[in-house]
Amino acid sequence: MSTRNTLAACVLALAFGVGTAHAQSAPSPAPKLGKAITENDIKDWDIAVLPNGTGLPAGQGTPQEGAKIFAERCSACHGDSAKGGVAPFYPALVGGAPLTNGIETQKTIANYYAYATTIFDYIRRAMPFNASRTLTDNETYALTAYILSLNKLIGENDVMDAKTLPQVKMPNRDNFILPYPDRI
Amino acid sequence: MGISKRRGRTPSLDAVAGNGLINRRALLGQGIALAGAMGVGGATGAAAEPLKDEAWSLEVGATTPPLQTPSRFEKGVVRALSNPKGEFRTSHARTPHQLLNGAITPNPLHFTIIHAGIPDIDPAQHKLVIHGMVKQPLEFTLETLSRYPLITRTHFVECAGNSAGMFSNEPLQAPAGLIHGLVSCAEWTGVPLSVLLDEAGIDPAAKWLVAEGADAHFLDRSVPVKKAYDDAMVAIYQNGERLMPGNGYPMRLLLPGYQGNMNVKFLRRLKAVDQPSYTYFESKNYSQILPGGKTWRFHFLMEVKSFITYPSFGHHLKEPGFYAISGVAYSGTGRIAKVLVSADGGKSWGEAALQTPIHDKAFTRFVMPWRWDGQPAVLLSRAWDEAGNAQPLRAEFVAQRGETKKPVATPLAFPNQHYNSITSWGVDSKGEIKHVYA
Repeated sequence: MSTRNTLAACVLALAFGVGTAHAQSAPSPAPKLGKAITENDIKDWDIAVLPNGTGLPAGQGTPQEGAKIFAERCSACHGDSAKGGVAPFYPALVGGAPLTNGIETQKTIANYYAYATTIFDYIRRAMPFNASRTLTDNETYALTAYILSLNKLIGENDVMDAKTLPQVKMPNRDNFILPYPDRI
Repeated sequence: MGISKRRGRTPSLDAVAGNGLINRRALLGQGIALAGAMGVGGATGAAAEPLKDEAWSLEVGATTPPLQTPSRFEKGVVRALSNPKGEFRTSHARTPHQLLNGAITPNPLHFTIIHAGIPDIDPAQHKLVIHGMVKQPLEFTLETLSRYPLITRTHFVECAGNSAGMFSNEPLQAPAGLIHGLVSCAEWTGVPLSVLLDEAGIDPAAKWLVAEGADAHFLDRSVPVKKAYDDAMVAIYQNGERLMPGNGYPMRLLLPGYQGNMNVKFLRRLKAVDQPSYTYFESKNYSQILPGGKTWRFHFLMEVKSFITYPSFGHHLKEPGFYAISGVAYSGTGRIAKVLVSADGGKSWGEAALQTPIHDKAFTRFVMPWRWDGQPAVLLSRAWDEAGNAQPLRAEFVAQRGETKKPVATPLAFPNQHYNSITSWGVDSKGEIKHVYA
């Protein structure tokens, strides 16, 4: 390193207060402009759900309750009994061909999704399309239960809540491969 | 290479590959020699009308506007829309690559995909929070992020569904911008995500970030912390100006070389967690079915790829003679190292000239001089990146990743994801160009 570069490095280090002599007490070079907040400040935003159930709210719903809500809030696009509206934009939420039919097989809840928690998460954040975040948590559980029941992934009377939903076994879960495991 | 060296050298005009491909060194400052060899020197031109001043030169021109827009003669240079009426479904706007050049996509033409409309975000009110498995949850604003030492990088962003029509068992007839228009390249400026995560004090057990936008569907994706600490940034400028609304204004996640959908726009929240969320988009759309029925998830990487933008579908070669074949190459694993071009359907290949500087995970424009003899030709490009990855030939790609059983009816369809194989343009003896499989 030239003398000039060494000097520049010293000046830079001093400017940021990270000279070795002051390493213990000097402020970090990080700008630290983030405002400290608490999880409580974020709780209304914190709608992410994990497959193990982390993030699922209190509340519950049944397929029967979901059927009524679906008819009012969902069937205009997704069709009666979730059989689908105008494909491919409003796909069926029930059924699904075997994935061995070909690479262009329509991916559905029954033939594709790995976790049932995805259904709750997506309804809560994005549905109905033009009125997201207007369903209550109970309604969201009920719609999730209804769709799972239509697909025979749960029983007609099964109650979905924070405990039962993560336990639903989805048929395609073990069929996935990671093309790039070292990137995770 | 110094000028003095170059001046003393006679470029070889030998064909480097079949059907008229010319050594790319012919492009290096030897235009006169090249023109002479091509037989298109000006000296042989027939006498034309004497040149006169045109009308626009005979009066004072227009007042200078505060914000420039392209010439009225360029009105056709626009993006192709999938949902022009704004129906309740996803809207795609595709970059018209067949009308562009260079390696940077102009902001108004950068591709966008929006699932629930473009939010009208007030930058003074927008907030980004980092929380979850961190020592101290933090809130940032555009104003505070703007005070950080910003980094500037040129990167492409590509939708994992770009070029999906290429999975069709028969070639779709559509312009390059309709087939490949869900990729664009810009210079992005922002704050390295690692800086913000360090300030929040991320827990070493946190392996994922759930990144979420402030759009009406709160689009979210799970992002490996590994990528966040590699080269991710929170971008707040696009080609020197604030982000376009459709590209994430006022801030977006930028994950160079990863599926466009993961580069969450309108970024409002990063939650550090110990497992992926399996969000809708990573559970369904942006994973894929393989021949035989197995499925891939967390593919992330947009692999090495290139396509010719000129000449391509919809262009018309008016006469035999000299043309410069041109296109873009890019890779999610690094810089482009080499692009080969063929004019005979892949029988022989010549190395194209790469325009510099060659950025990491960015468009590199390639140029290949070509003398068209007026006979049918099939033009292909194939790229390699610095990691040694080769763009797969179509036969090997289809063998691994499959193709549809029936022809895909529209370039707006998404029969599958992550197409990065070859595109071939067939020139007929009239100079018309179609999409073909070679």
